[in-house]
Amino acid sequence: MKPARKQRLILIALMVIGASIATAFALKSFNDNLMYFFSTTDVVAGKAPKTALFRLGGMVIKGSVERPGDGMMVRFKLTDFSKEVTVEYTGILPDLFREGQGIVAHGKLNEQGVFIAEEVLAKHDENYMPPEVKASLKNQTTSGTNK
Amino acid sequence: MFLIPNAVVRFFHRMASPPHFYAFTDKVMPWLIIIFVLLTGFGLYGGLYLAPADYQQGDSYRIIYIHVPSAWMSLFIYMVMAISGAIGLVWRIKLAEIVAISSAPIGASFTFIALFTGSLWGKPMWGTWWVWDARLTSELILLFLYLGVIGLYGAIDDKRVASKAVAILALVGVVNIPIIHYSVEWWNTLHQGPTVTKMDKPSIHISMLIPLLLMALSFKFYYLIALIQRIRIELLQRERNAQWVKTKVLEQN
Repeated sequence: MKPARKQRLILIALMVIGASIATAFALKSFNDNLMYFFSTTDVVAGKAPKTALFRLGGMVIKGSVERPGDGMMVRFKLTDFSKEVTVEYTGILPDLFREGQGIVAHGKLNEQGVFIAEEVLAKHDENYMPPEVKASLKNQTTSGTNK
Repeated sequence: MFLIPNAVVRFFHRMASPPHFYAFTDKVMPWLIIIFVLLTGFGLYGGLYLAPADYQQGDSYRIIYIHVPSAWMSLFIYMVMAISGAIGLVWRIKLAEIVAISSAPIGASFTFIALFTGSLWGKPMWGTWWVWDARLTSELILLFLYLGVIGLYGAIDDKRVASKAVAILALVGVVNIPIIHYSVEWWNTLHQGPTVTKMDKPSIHISMLIPLLLMALSFKFYYLIALIQRIRIELLQRERNAQWVKTKVLEQN
């Protein structure tokens, strides 16, 4: 390779590496802000804001969804498989909202530590399969091992 | 250049010469179009008709046959643009510069389609058109990078100088590509994690995966066709005073 070309190649490589390092540091320092939601463990540990609005993500515990009043109010428990947080929401839930499904709720905690949601978004997972496959997977796990 | 056969090296050398490129693409274009039409036909038939509905989303998931290949293309085209920009900077090959700038509008379109279809799907599934999570935001930045490249190229009159400026901008923007891909793993996002492009087995049923891969391939061919057409126009414009363009025009009249 001619010296001039080599020099240009090195310059370009240095530029890309420099930009990458700068971005890596920037992302590292803003890491907490880039998290779209807090986990239920964060909330129980007191890491989430006490008074301000924030987002809470987790899985809806099976059998925890209840409608205590006559209105649109729904109460359910969220978990990240270690700690649980109770959520209350008044409004229309998205299509994918169901028990055992991951969701992200936007709102704030009240004095009793109950999360009052203003908005509930369903978080879809990365699995795609036909209903029959899902049904047979379910049978395997229930009839097979005792897990 | 010790591992690459001589014939391949010679092929690339010849392709870098505008008149040869022009003549060669004349010949391959019909074949590319035939392959593209077949792939799209089979892909859409497989995806919209043969593939079963999803266990949770029903038929709504079928938007992945457009959304996912578009999103892949938005990243792929950006890398092509940055790499050919770098080749243009280092070796001063005119055709590499043209490949870079001709890719930008195609990449921008795919990025827009990915964002738009994602938004359409997000409203019924997530419950919102748009959220500022890491995946969606970094993909939006990618769209702005593409638009920046197009704008910068248009703002500079000397197209050789413009190509250099654009290549540098594209290369700096490369840092965004791994961020887009890994955003769903590095941070909590509303967007789901990777289904196909991961080390593990794809978490999608094979009957749904095959049409998806066909569509991904068909989009690659679409890119190739659109890219070649844009390069040919750009070549004619830049080389309008060259002898081969004059003979070409005389031939056609």
